[in-house]
Amino acid sequence: MADGNNTPARPLGVTVDPFEDYEDSLTPHARAMDDRKFTINFGPQHPAAHGVLRLVLELDGELVTRVDPHIGLLHRGTEKLMESRTYLQNIPYLDRLDYVSPMNQEHAFCLAIERLLGVEVPYRGQLIRVLYSEIGRILNHLLNSTMQAMDVGALTPPLWGHEEREKLMVFYERACGARLHANYFRPGGVHQDLTPELIDDIDLWCKEFPRALDDIEKLVTENRIFKQRNVDIGVVSKEDALAWGFSGVMLRGSDIAWDIRKAMPYDCYADMEFDIVVGKNGDCWDRYLCRVEEMRQSVRIMEQCIHKLRNCPGEPVLAEDNKVTPPRRGEMKRSMEALIHHFKLYTEGFKTPEGEVYAAVEAPKGEFGVYLVSDGTNKPYRVKLSAPGFRHLQAMDWMNRGHMLADVSAILGSLDMVFGEVDR
Amino acid sequence: MSELVRVAERESALTPLGTEMVAALGVEAVVAFGELTLIAPREQIVSVMQSLRDQFGFQQLMDVCGADYPDREDRFEVVYHLLSLTRAARLRVKIQTDELKPVPSVVSVYPSAGWFEREAFDMYGMIFSDHPDMRRILTDYGFQGHPLRKDFPMTGYVEVRYDEEQKRVVYEPVKLAQEYRTFDFLSPWEGADYPAPVLPGDEKAGA
Repeated sequence: MADGNNTPARPLGVTVDPFEDYEDSLTPHARAMDDRKFTINFGPQHPAAHGVLRLVLELDGELVTRVDPHIGLLHRGTEKLMESRTYLQNIPYLDRLDYVSPMNQEHAFCLAIERLLGVEVPYRGQLIRVLYSEIGRILNHLLNSTMQAMDVGALTPPLWGHEEREKLMVFYERACGARLHANYFRPGGVHQDLTPELIDDIDLWCKEFPRALDDIEKLVTENRIFKQRNVDIGVVSKEDALAWGFSGVMLRGSDIAWDIRKAMPYDCYADMEFDIVVGKNGDCWDRYLCRVEEMRQSVRIMEQCIHKLRNCPGEPVLAEDNKVTPPRRGEMKRSMEALIHHFKLYTEGFKTPEGEVYAAVEAPKGEFGVYLVSDGTNKPYRVKLSAPGFRHLQAMDWMNRGHMLADVSAILGSLDMVFGEVDR
Repeated sequence: MSELVRVAERESALTPLGTEMVAALGVEAVVAFGELTLIAPREQIVSVMQSLRDQFGFQQLMDVCGADYPDREDRFEVVYHLLSLTRAARLRVKIQTDELKPVPSVVSVYPSAGWFEREAFDMYGMIFSDHPDMRRILTDYGFQGHPLRKDFPMTGYVEVRYDEEQKRVVYEPVKLAQEYRTFDFLSPWEGADYPAPVLPGDEKAGA
């Protein structure tokens, strides 16, 4: 591995420099020309920059000596916008953060509001939320682990991965009408129940997917080039992972068995059986392996959700507190009370009690947190969206130092970046 | 287990921890919504963080952010969110500052604070002392102002576009095609609080 000093390579087994007693015949000018330090710009239009990342790389020959990520090219001021909209109007903004797994972000925001309001989510609503959060996790990992292969030169894996993602997006569409920007989770549950046919189709997919994943793994996991480019690259020690605020796969890849779904369970994760996946060495390849195995664990959780969903057909999916959740459409046709509630909720919205909460979920990329300050009105006073990508990208500098230029894209690929959430 | 039970459980676990911290660190502690909040003096934030990490086992700093309360004497709050993997507990530490009083940077304790403090400075303009690399992070190169302050307008001050004649991106003052409207629905019986535009033809009515 690169260690940062520039001693020229010697043939194997030769311990003495055969040119040691030769006089350096370079002129001062030639010596100055030999100084190979330069600065290059990586992105923001680079295909391996995973969106709009601009890296200023300081190089010594091909060795990276410093990385300065410039972010904010996708900054849309989400937090500012959220301060002037009601809680329900704000949910769609959460989809637009990490647009690869939109519902996981909505989940955190809804949990924060529910904690402020003290609203209970019906069990069927919890099951649907967990089911779709796990679909989101697979959506994310399918994209990232195959794109990590593309970052080091493979083209087929992302195509195969996208085929499976496409099927999952259809499930998104059949639940809420949108493939990406779902706006499906609500404080108190989810917007609509799933149809039995949709549950059957998701079940069928759960049975077929492991074989598709095996195929993708056959392409990538033991591939010689993929391993040469990823094994022992971007090693993160346990201490570094803790100090730099890593979470999710970045933490588990370094052999720290921490998963918010297990340690601080929310919704019905406490009832689900699954294993925490950890890596051994904390390199790029381990993080890839963790993601692949996490997809299998997600399928396990989805199967349990489906089993439980089939046992409680027709139960409510949204809390029946009409001061927070809108009445059903059919009810509105008959009841004046319901009509008033509907009107009030979609104009004024509900008010939250004064206070502040921090709700975090295990999003596919790591811990996604929402810090919500309420001043007792119908709009949040302050929302801080704490994105895992932001914390992980900060580590680009020390993770890349001493590596070769070509490793930059491999390390970036293993960090799992989506700029919607980094820049907000 | 229901969420309300979880909140109650967390509160009963965090209350003694809060009392312990109050005794050890000289801070104020509040438990609400199942979360523990410490209010620390600004000057001592580094030593408070140091002992929270080393004595109390809060290994990770997950978030630092600012918040703006223009009515207060010290208008800004800096809010730190800590996570303990060994206790499976979260903790919030808050300090107060204004535009001028410097906040000691906690980068020496938690390196992950680096970008978060840059972001808080970018968004609110509070000053962090001893920060190794204090630059703006999210806003544009050459941006002026601090957008998350409550007195910063939602629409901003400048807009950019590509100018076909000059062949470059130009900055211009914001021109809104339609005036920015906020609907205050807190009282449904009174309309929004902005001057109603005069409809074409209506100007004759007063004359």
